[in-house]
Amino acid sequence: MADDARPENRIVATLGHIGHRVVDGLLRLGFATRFFLTVLLQSGQSFRRLHLTIREIYFSGFQSLLIILVSGLFIGMVLGMQGYETLQRYGSAEALGVLVALSLVRELGPVVAALLFASRAGSSITAEIGLMKATEQLTAMDMMAVNPIARVVAPRFWGGVISMPLLAALFSAAGILGGYLIGVVFIGVDEGAFWSQMQASVDFRYDIWSGIVKSFVFGIAVSLIAVFEGYDALPTAEGISASIKGTVVKSALAILALDFVLTSFMFREA
Amino acid sequence: MSAENLVEISSLDFAYEDRPILDGISLQIPRGKVVAIMGGSGCGKTTLLRLIGGQLKPSRGEIRVDGQSVPQLDDEELYALRRRMGMLFQFGALFTDISVYDNVAYQMREHTDLPEELIRDMVLMKLNAVGLRGAHGLMPAELSGGMARRVALARAIALDPMLIMYDEPFAGLDPISLGIIGQLIRRLNDALGATTIMVTHDIQESLLIVDYIYFMSDGKVIALGTPDEIRASRHPFVHQFVHAEADGPVPFHYPAAPLAQELLARHAHGG
Repeated sequence: MADDARPENRIVATLGHIGHRVVDGLLRLGFATRFFLTVLLQSGQSFRRLHLTIREIYFSGFQSLLIILVSGLFIGMVLGMQGYETLQRYGSAEALGVLVALSLVRELGPVVAALLFASRAGSSITAEIGLMKATEQLTAMDMMAVNPIARVVAPRFWGGVISMPLLAALFSAAGILGGYLIGVVFIGVDEGAFWSQMQASVDFRYDIWSGIVKSFVFGIAVSLIAVFEGYDALPTAEGISASIKGTVVKSALAILALDFVLTSFMFREA
Repeated sequence: MSAENLVEISSLDFAYEDRPILDGISLQIPRGKVVAIMGGSGCGKTTLLRLIGGQLKPSRGEIRVDGQSVPQLDDEELYALRRRMGMLFQFGALFTDISVYDNVAYQMREHTDLPEELIRDMVLMKLNAVGLRGAHGLMPAELSGGMARRVALARAIALDPMLIMYDEPFAGLDPISLGIIGQLIRRLNDALGATTIMVTHDIQESLLIVDYIYFMSDGKVIALGTPDEIRASRHPFVHQFVHAEADGPVPFHYPAAPLAQELLARHAHGG
């Protein structure tokens, strides 16, 4: 014990600690990659027995609708107010529709919907799988010759991947409605200009498609993080709570980092 | 491999990373018998069940179930073997999101193409065997500990397994539930013509129902015999166990430095 107090030993201990954390991180990354491949390989059942996946779409997708639609509406209303204030200085308040639609479809829709999805559905997937593991339900399933990755993990993963683009689209639609309510109904921007400029300036192949690609990628990232954190949770109360926190934090970081990468690829000058 | 043994284990070693758990275990489980594997908590009993079920791979040695070497099976063969095994987990491990009925029907639906009416009859028969036909509509959260254990038992025997494994079937049960589970273990084994391995530390209950007992300590088999032989045993560990003495060959203290030394070391540190 007395040895710990010596400074050179403390340095060695600190270096050892850092080394351990790096090695652990790499091991987990490798484990997560292998886990992802296993989920893909075991996905056959998710589509052959479609009701398994549909059930998960109901739980993570349909049940997230309320928070997604309400948040979308509010974000759209804020965009309507902020956008109007800036645009009217340059006398182009009719472009409000374009501003609201492009911000939502290209950026806010996929990103905010994914963040909400991670905290609403991702965390509950992690908690569910983590608790199934802690109560030996996954082991019991495996002993009954039912593969828990195929039966429990893959349907939840695909449920999330399928739900995410749909939720992002609904988020954007609710947001545009919110922008319309504030801009046209309350402030009195010309309704014809609001819609026609939006229709003329939002390009399907470029704007909408890039939003769909983003939300699809976010869906894969969030769903994978959620199922992995649950499956890899330490089977204790602290372990599961740490995994849920991990899902929310890692999903948020992954969404924002991936958004930057994807936007850079999709960015075109003028 | 003799045909009368369903499970044969020879010179089996197992370690979690570098912590040895099992050390040269050899045992035989004859067909049709109820065999208990006993020992203190943490002596490797549950690990042994997981090795037999193929969830863990041994570092050395052989495990044969019905003539097949378990560690050498590929995933598909292992799943085929597990369909003929039933396992009861310590806390039941019922699926909490589905009803008692669906829990028992789970394997029938996963592994057979039987029509739903037939599954219904089979589920009710299994639940009847454990006395809980009337509880088929309940959710697992609505069951008491003893009832959950019985439902888990009905689920374990859903596909009439040749081998039933129990992990601490008596843990945490009141005396009545305990007696019921004990009788069920014996009756179901004989009615199904199955073979039972039961890992437990409940010696008094086990002595009443089993045909044979293996005693484990520190990863080794240290004593074996029929209930009568065990009761009469002069082996110090078995004696401590059967008579529930606090100290003996199994020490009261977890290994540690002497207490005086540890207390003085703290003072030497100044804090």
